Amino acid sequence: MDLLNYPKARCCPRPVCMERQAVKRAREAFLSGRTRPLEFRLQQLHALQRMLTEKETEISTALKQDINRSQYDTPLLEVIGIENEIKLATEKLAEWAAPRPVERNLLTISDEVYIQPEPLGVVLIIGAWNYPWALTLLPLVGAIAAGNAAVVKPSELSEFSSLLLRALLPRYLDKDLYPVVTGGVSETQELLKLRFDHVFYTGSGTVGKVVMEAAARHLTPVTLELGGKSPCYIDKDCDIRVACRRITWGKFVNCGQTCIAPDFILCEPCIQGQVVDRIRQTLLEFYGADPKCSPDYGRIINQRHFIRIMGLMEGYTPVVGGQSDASQRYIAPTVLKDVPPHSRMMQEEIFGPLLPIVAVSDMDDAIRFINEREKPLALYIFCSDKKATKRMIEETSSGGVTVNDVMMHYTLSSLPFGGVGQSGMGRYHGKHTFDQLSHQRACLVRSLGMESVNLARYPPQDRRRARRVRMALKSPMVDMSKRTFIWAVVATIISFALFITLLVILLIASGLNCTCWYWRGFYN
Amino acid sequence: MDTQRQLVDRLRSTFRSGITIPEQFRQTQLTMLMSMIQDNEEQILNALHKDLAKPKFEAIMSEIDIVINELHYAIANLTSWMKPEYAGTNLATKLDDCSVRREPLGVVLIIGPWNYPLQLLIVPLIGAIAAGNCAVIKPSEVSSATDSLMAELIPKYLSQDCYAVVSGGAEETKALVQNRFDHIFYTGSQTVARSILRAASDHLTPVTLELGGKCPCLIYGKVNMASAAQRLVWSKYFNAGQSCVAPDYVLCSQATRDALLPALRQTLEDFYSKDPQTCPDVSRIVSPQHWTRLMELLARSRGKVVVGGEGNQEDKYIAPTVVVDVAEDDALMEEEIFGPILPIITAESLQEGIDFVNRKEKPLALYVFSEESSVRTRDSGPGFLLTFFFWAGELHTTIVNAVLEKTSSGGFCSNDGIVHMTLPTLPFGGVGASGCGSYHGRWSFETFSHRRAVMLRGWALERLNSLRYPPYSEQKLSWLRWTTSAKSSCSLM
Repeated sequence: MDLLNYPKARCCPRPVCMERQAVKRAREAFLSGRTRPLEFRLQQLHALQRMLTEKETEISTALKQDINRSQYDTPLLEVIGIENEIKLATEKLAEWAAPRPVERNLLTISDEVYIQPEPLGVVLIIGAWNYPWALTLLPLVGAIAAGNAAVVKPSELSEFSSLLLRALLPRYLDKDLYPVVTGGVSETQELLKLRFDHVFYTGSGTVGKVVMEAAARHLTPVTLELGGKSPCYIDKDCDIRVACRRITWGKFVNCGQTCIAPDFILCEPCIQGQVVDRIRQTLLEFYGADPKCSPDYGRIINQRHFIRIMGLMEGYTPVVGGQSDASQRYIAPTVLKDVPPHSRMMQEEIFGPLLPIVAVSDMDDAIRFINEREKPLALYIFCSDKKATKRMIEETSSGGVTVNDVMMHYTLSSLPFGGVGQSGMGRYHGKHTFDQLSHQRACLVRSLGMESVNLARYPPQDRRRARRVRMALKSPMVDMSKRTFIWAVVATIISFALFITLLVILLIASGLNCTCWYWRGFYN
Repeated sequence: MDTQRQLVDRLRSTFRSGITIPEQFRQTQLTMLMSMIQDNEEQILNALHKDLAKPKFEAIMSEIDIVINELHYAIANLTSWMKPEYAGTNLATKLDDCSVRREPLGVVLIIGPWNYPLQLLIVPLIGAIAAGNCAVIKPSEVSSATDSLMAELIPKYLSQDCYAVVSGGAEETKALVQNRFDHIFYTGSQTVARSILRAASDHLTPVTLELGGKCPCLIYGKVNMASAAQRLVWSKYFNAGQSCVAPDYVLCSQATRDALLPALRQTLEDFYSKDPQTCPDVSRIVSPQHWTRLMELLARSRGKVVVGGEGNQEDKYIAPTVVVDVAEDDALMEEEIFGPILPIITAESLQEGIDFVNRKEKPLALYVFSEESSVRTRDSGPGFLLTFFFWAGELHTTIVNAVLEKTSSGGFCSNDGIVHMTLPTLPFGGVGASGCGSYHGRWSFETFSHRRAVMLRGWALERLNSLRYPPYSEQKLSWLRWTTSAKSSCSLM
């Protein structure tokens, strides 16, 4: 094809071309095979690490402009997390990418049988605006480690971060393999028309459905990290002071815009007053008398969300906070008491600094309340009674659980992080990201020898052959049931005893000629 | 008679009552399922024979025994599968109890296909029961005898409150997937899979898809033709080629093809006698429509039929057929054959063969016949000593290794066919267009479970926690950085 003479007029509109081009280049780069060697992946991960170290100030500034994130929150909430994931991935990559041998049966006893993790191909990562760096780069770390190419689509709502990422990533990582595509809804829709080998989406359930439907056209698997209303149950007999400190931190960090923030509190009416007081005290300690002046308190991402959150409060009088300033998109840390379950606030994920307290009569009532609703991304239980806590965990379901604290299960990379039901599907963090973005290929490597063993399975068939094959395919090879175990132990003891007896008899029979001093002593 | 909606609601309220959760219940149901298969073996074999003319031996080996093995495996291992998995902790969480619980999802839907109507319906059901779910089971109407038998037997042996069989055709299935399930497990074709995924996306229901594709079989390098031919013929013509993991087509050089053909002819004669139509070990095509589809493919093909080619419409019989000189754009290469027709495509070098495979969608299985292999893994047991002999650096040049590294597929098997799916310790599933998710053995249990992360913290060490609270300071931050800079440490977001 003569590109120079290709008619210009037939060229598609620029924005559409851009997404297609980026994906095409990423796929070609992937097919070239350069992501296969572990050295390449390690090199990319180290480069990503360098980017975070060298550009921390710029990232902080972007976050301040996007969401008024304090300079301490940035490393705390985003950078440290990504750095730890990179560290873990670089340390463990060889182990994760190695073939994983599995147990064989009689038929395959002399074969190589293992699971080989392989890259999927080109992965699409759609980030969210509330933690624009962590929620975009954490999946990217796993994608790189697993040997994939990745098209990164940061959220347009965190505009400054998204533009900064687009400028920085190509400077540190392979430009073709990991392109950043920015833009809004229409650009995302264009991207979703294209074919990927996996789509990793973090965001709302509504858009999650659209993503899954688009992916369905290409039979593309998806990981959806959605949200929901994460309940927080406070038992009346627990340490309410500590509980409220931890909840206050988790709720108001990032101005409540966290997918695993405790969305609402469930507690008995008798402690409601105490809870409110403790939260008020803690807020004073954290943000001072006027949180608007505190450098550590964030803002709402945009006007639309500001109006939405203010609308949720309509008709209710808060017991703490309630002030707002539309020009700054500021909403004070707010607590509401005796919130009815049917209120608007209780119908959608708040994703803001409003903390409703819903009264329940006891733990059973709380369990019933939770089970009547969609499975949340996280469940928080503050309770000193281990048995009661266990029961509450067993009788409910959620993506994850932290007991006696909030959000901390997110921070341990050995725990899989993800939702269930409406809160999402799939999981990641640490090795789980690697596994999620790999294909676990089952491999059986046989030789052409020992064909005589195989003869049993070929036609023409008869009963004797059939029996032999049944035996060879039997799984498990050894019957591990209790009865067999007891039989095996008893049989071993008996045979050992018989063996000793035989030995003794033989020794006695020949022992008269034995010069062993022991026997001489024995017979004297 | 429940409507579909009422049925799903009924099963959901049973699930909510919690009776499927205790291990004892799950073990009982699995044991009953085992009795169902063992007590009714004759009836099952008859149904399979009616549907597919499945020879008794094939039916026992590929349907009954696989299911019984999976049941034994699940029953023996259920206790350990259900135990919480303790997760490694880091500095900040050293005093905490961190684990991953496996929890049931709720009400799952299992849609079975017609080619192995017992195995591909019951093996996922084993996973669903073991994981503590309730299940709606939809056998394929195409294998109608097995469909009716399952509809009759399952309610007799399993709890009717928890597991229900729904029969019907495409329309009923379409309506069924509009309901809300907590997981959908579908085995079948790509076209139907797309519509199921779309329906599932409305409810954000996770889906496992076991699809198919054209499973290539590469034959290169030094090969013992007699053994290779036997294994190839066995895996290709088992169930008259109607297996999702049957080798769909062969890629080899001209010379290999010339050596292979006589071996194939000989093997076919040994296995199925000179007149396969009268041989009791030969299956039939499942329906007249599929028979017509296959005969049309054969008619449209521009290749040369060197073995077989005959068919009998009334009997739904197609002779084991081999076609050579098949081009890449031939009719036989358009879609998954799913029948006893084996095209042989000539690709002179291994690289050409690999490139050919990579131009197509990722298949469910990929086969290589070659004696040149030196794949060794850790803990390979008896193979360990041999590693020393191969240490000469030849590893990277061997054929099997090359194919493994340069291609992708759901599963892989060298020097044999199909058997990789009989091991319950290997995950069985596709990738790309051949499917997503996997099952068998423990993998079935995991497919139908939710892995819930649980962190149990204590009340102590609140002072340590205050490092993360505002008002923030440089000092707090540097403390936090220090504590989290340890190996495999925690993060605070």
